[in-house]
Amino acid sequence: MTITLSHYLVLAAALFVIGLVGVFIRRNAITILMCIELMLNAVNLTFIAFASHMNAVDGLIFVFFVITVAAAEVAVGLAIVIALFRNRDTVNLDELNLMRW
Amino acid sequence: MPDPNWSQALRTVAPELTLTIVALIVLVLDLVAGRGRKGALAAIAVVGTLLALGWSVSLWGERLVAYGGMVVADNYSLFFNIAFLAITVLTILLSTSYLRREEADLSEYYVLLLFCTLGMMLMAKGLDLIVIFLGLEILSISNYVLAGFLRTRLQSNESALKYFLLGSFSSAFFLYGIALIYGTTGSTNLGRIAQALQANRDPGPLFQVGMALLLVGFAFKVASVPFHMWTPDAYEGAPTPITAYMSVGPKAAAFAAFLRVFSQPLAAMQGEWAVVLWVLAALTMTVGNVVAIAQPNIKRMLAYSSIAHAGYLLVPMVASGELGTSSLLFYVLAYAFTTLGAFAVVILLSRKGEAGYEIAGYAGLGYTHPVLALAMTLFMLSLGGIPPTAGFVAKFYIFSAAVKAGYIWLTVIGVLTSAVSLYYYLRIVVLMYMREPAEESSAATLTAGPLVTLAIAAFAVLLMGLFPGSIFTLAQSSVFGL
Repeated sequence: MTITLSHYLVLAAALFVIGLVGVFIRRNAITILMCIELMLNAVNLTFIAFASHMNAVDGLIFVFFVITVAAAEVAVGLAIVIALFRNRDTVNLDELNLMRW
Repeated sequence: MPDPNWSQALRTVAPELTLTIVALIVLVLDLVAGRGRKGALAAIAVVGTLLALGWSVSLWGERLVAYGGMVVADNYSLFFNIAFLAITVLTILLSTSYLRREEADLSEYYVLLLFCTLGMMLMAKGLDLIVIFLGLEILSISNYVLAGFLRTRLQSNESALKYFLLGSFSSAFFLYGIALIYGTTGSTNLGRIAQALQANRDPGPLFQVGMALLLVGFAFKVASVPFHMWTPDAYEGAPTPITAYMSVGPKAAAFAAFLRVFSQPLAAMQGEWAVVLWVLAALTMTVGNVVAIAQPNIKRMLAYSSIAHAGYLLVPMVASGELGTSSLLFYVLAYAFTTLGAFAVVILLSRKGEAGYEIAGYAGLGYTHPVLALAMTLFMLSLGGIPPTAGFVAKFYIFSAAVKAGYIWLTVIGVLTSAVSLYYYLRIVVLMYMREPAEESSAATLTAGPLVTLAIAAFAVLLMGLFPGSIFTLAQSSVFGL
């Protein structure tokens, strides 16, 4: 069996949905962060699949941008989580109810 | 391949380059400026922003496309950029005394604010989804840090975390949308997407899904119901000048890119997305205004009010066309000045450590601080859309655009929800003038920065309310050609 474009797209969509569901059902900030990363990597997979299907490079360049941005985002996100943990000793979103969620 | 005409390319992004250089200078000068001497750095940031504003004005009337059709400096993007830079100057003026009071007087604040503005400018200038995405992320990542800037304060942490999680969550939707559009049209360039859609009238379900995901991403960024859950918490916990900034700047930037992407390449699909936006607009106006009524905290009330105004801004997007676009531009400007002015009053009346934000504390302000109360009345009337303020004219333009485009019911919903909004805007006015001052009356600490912002905003609101013609002509000349 050959692996076609649609296989990659279905795999990427599945990863995206797994990440999406994780964001909704998990309450730990770090786990949610990882689920968001999963969603971003599903997008990367989609880009790469399309780019190699079309024999184009612009999709691959886009992936580099996404990886860079995701790294910056994680750095800021973890910093925020640490700042919160120092004040509150928790990263559970359900306990963050100072304001209504 | 180097750009054959690199001097034109540099000119196209000159305001952005200026802003970047100034931000880096501020970052370096931070090393030599001692603690408590960050005011000078704020002054440098203001000068740099004004410089970028001057550059933007000097580019007015041209249409420069550079970097392989990725960036454009046309009147549309310049109109937004000038608005962003003005917003940034006013925000810096709001910030200095606030930061000193909250003992968070660090120059990184101004650097991040400038980078945030840079991202907004790129979003308005982007002609390629890559540039728009990068602008969006520069804006968002700086903004996450700014929301959590008071890092010893729990509310600020919480605001930053919620903003960050839902912001990056929505970025994933946005990106997935771009990926699917790229896959079905073969390009991320707005012009080439338009060409591909013209050649192929029915691009298939994958493209539809991509467009829907992109729309969800934008709806998150502009805080439209039902994607608004992050807004009240992020706004309430953030440092107050940043709340003011977030509720006008990034929102306007998201609308700038939203409108360009959906009315340029996706114009062929207008029948499909206009229906979705119609529903979003109606929901946003209704929920934003109704929930705002019950808020006891002024920051949270203004957060819901900003959600409601995102709904009003969606109305001209639904209407689209030249009148729709120009009325949206006018509304953005009117809303920005009004909101910044209202936040100037809020900051003047607040006290150290998130105190003084209860709406009940505004009782009797008309007697203790008549000028502040008068200004607040003006801004509340403008937010509610009552003449002779900018808010009234702006609402008049967007609703006439909607009526001309045949969206009668949307206009009816808009006018009715405006009437609802008057309840909570005027409640503050009633409190200020018809109640006795509370025992521990709110002693405003009058500092220069917020007062200057207040004066500029009040002047702009009155000017746009009494003589809207010239600004509206500017907005009309900023409608992009297809």
